Amino acid sequence: MNAVQSSTVSAVPLLEVDGLRTQFFTPAGRVHAVDGVSFTLDQGRVLGVVGESGCGKSVMALSLLGLLPPRQAAIVAGHVRYDGRELTTLGRRQLEDVRGREIAMVFQDPMTSLNPTLSIGDQLMEPLRRHLDLSRQAARRRAIELLEEVEIAGAATRLDDYPHNYSGGMRQRVMIAIAVACRPKLLIADEPTTALDVTVQASVLDLLHDLQQEYEMALLLITHDMGVIAEMADDVLVMYAGQVVEHAPALELFDHPEHPYTEALLAALPQVDVVGAHKQHLAAIPGRPPSLLQPPAVCRFAARCPYAEQDDPCTSQMPELREVRPSHFVRTFHPAIERVAAAGVSA
Amino acid sequence: MSGNVLLEVEGLTKHFQGRRGFRRQGEAVRAVDDVSFVVREGETLGLVGESGSGKSTTGYCVLQLLKPTAGSVRFQGQELTSAPRAELRAARRELQIVFQDPYSSLDPRQTVEQIVADPLEIHRIGDRASRRRRVHELLDLVGIDPAFASRYPHEFSGGQRQRVGIARSLALDPKLLICDEPVSALDVSIQAQILNLMNELQRELGLAYLFIAHDLAVVRAVSDRIAVMRNGKILEEGDAEEVYVRPQHPYTKALLAAVPVADPRRMRAERERRRSTRAAAGAGA
Ligand SMILES: Nc1ncnc2c1ncn2[C@@H]1O[C@H](COP(=O)(O)OP(=O)(O)O)[C@@H](O)[C@H]1O
Ligand SMILES: Nc1ncnc2c1ncn2[C@@H]1O[C@H](COP(=O)(O)OP(=O)(O)O)[C@@H](O)[C@H]1O
Ligand SMILES: [Mg+2]
Ligand SMILES: [Mg+2]
Repeated sequence: MNAVQSSTVSAVPLLEVDGLRTQFFTPAGRVHAVDGVSFTLDQGRVLGVVGESGCGKSVMALSLLGLLPPRQAAIVAGHVRYDGRELTTLGRRQLEDVRGREIAMVFQDPMTSLNPTLSIGDQLMEPLRRHLDLSRQAARRRAIELLEEVEIAGAATRLDDYPHNYSGGMRQRVMIAIAVACRPKLLIADEPTTALDVTVQASVLDLLHDLQQEYEMALLLITHDMGVIAEMADDVLVMYAGQVVEHAPALELFDHPEHPYTEALLAALPQVDVVGAHKQHLAAIPGRPPSLLQPPAVCRFAARCPYAEQDDPCTSQMPELREVRPSHFVRTFHPAIERVAAAGVSA
Repeated sequence: MSGNVLLEVEGLTKHFQGRRGFRRQGEAVRAVDDVSFVVREGETLGLVGESGSGKSTTGYCVLQLLKPTAGSVRFQGQELTSAPRAELRAARRELQIVFQDPYSSLDPRQTVEQIVADPLEIHRIGDRASRRRRVHELLDLVGIDPAFASRYPHEFSGGQRQRVGIARSLALDPKLLICDEPVSALDVSIQAQILNLMNELQRELGLAYLFIAHDLAVVRAVSDRIAVMRNGKILEEGDAEEVYVRPQHPYTKALLAAVPVADPRRMRAERERRRSTRAAAGAGA
């Protein structure tokens, strides 16, 4: 464990995902759920992954942790390196040692991830005893501390309660407490606040932020909500139809969205805080994402893209992810910056 | 809005007996507690609040799908809470509901044509040929190619299914649609399509909506007036723009402040503000 601790100062990123492809094998054919995703995540950083439902966010997260349903799905290409270690070839036992100890995960629905028949305390103590080899006494003391850390009032007296005695927001706090119990270096949170009311969401996001800062954890935060991304992410990965279509630092992305899809997604948001937003006409995106059974070999957004023309490469080639501004990568033949330049020339 | 009052709800109350969630056995849940509002012809009243605040129960009580514990529901001047079956049936033609989940609210064994024609058949309107014409007209109205009328729900996307649900609810030329979280299950890009459609249909057909949702931004995009609900009560009601720009009730303010918006600088400033509020509260305690 000490070797792991000391290696983080090296130049190796904490998490490196390279050309990841994950497919489902269905009677109708292969579903290309994650289709060539690459990124790195450094210690202490927050990477937000955003995209509409079905674009491959959850399958990507499950792939990283080796949690794909056996026989139904598999990683067919690519690498996942954690602290320089290849995870895709690890056996089940080795993966189980990594999960919960070094990489932890929080899912959308705390009710399905908590065991209704075990007390909150037992579920908190499980990873502590298993990974850290704590005695029952010590684990119990630590469990109370953890509940206090996630701001559950009267922690000591709530330890023996069962999940159904907790509200939705409290259950998600417990899930977070379990996830951070062993001080993981990477936390993967898949839609952690999607099932919660907005006021509860705000406090759970604050908690995640504080813990991430305090422990210098890396956080891979998956959400469909651009507002949550704006609140939390240092860097953003926009996914569409199994691919990364845009990757940039958060401020850069919101100030200069380059991909027509990202622009459209931002424009389609109804606004709560703009005078005159009442009964506004929204900029809807026509159509819907392509099927991932046989995804197009050309630009996957072309069919919905306002800038795709008959005779341009959109409908004959797959655009590569390329850097159009410093640290700003985009997969399109029509990034905003080139459209502006082109308009400038013709004007 | 100066339209005539279409729906007038007064002192509406609904208590549920027995346990649900946290409450102990025997304690009544006051799901809706003395709620009053009106909806005028051609306008949208947005009913917004967090989960469990009583929005759906209010909608069901208006439709008489749930029997209110107390209070009155007058639709076009007619009292529904005490209306005989036949009258209620007649009123329901003009008072329709659109549900949240376009997956479970459409019968998977029926074609889209059968689904949309269903209300026409129940109310024995027209013959086969005229019903078919009407179905095609309705599908066209909601942006579904009538050529797809013989397909089944599973062949459509979520957004298209919600369009089918809306087409069905429009079959009997209703005056008021009660929409319970109609876009909550949809992605933003599709959600925008449906919200635009609802605004367009309102302009074309002069429909009124009671639009129920937990998402404040969504409600704002369709509403003329807004009612904010919490714990079974309406805390604040007013012109949509007023409520959002100058919220009066502290709860409305808290709700609005908590909505994440796509502006990183603002979100971070907001987080700092919450942090210092917490720190001040902690220091004071
Ligand atoms: N069990 C499954 N069998 C077949 N395809 C699946 C299965 N689970 C997910 N998929 C497909 O994988 C793609 C990505 O899904 P997912 O990662 O869950 O999307 P997201 O989390 O972005 O909403 C989807 O197109 C979905 O249809
Ligand atoms: N059939 C029922 N039996 C008992 N309690 C119910 C029933 N339906 C709703 N409730 C309770 O009534 C309250 C309001 O619920 P609901 O109207 O569904 O809220 P909303 O639609 O705003 O989320 C909640 O506390 C809920 O648990
Ligand atoms: Mg998902
Ligand atoms: Mg409801």
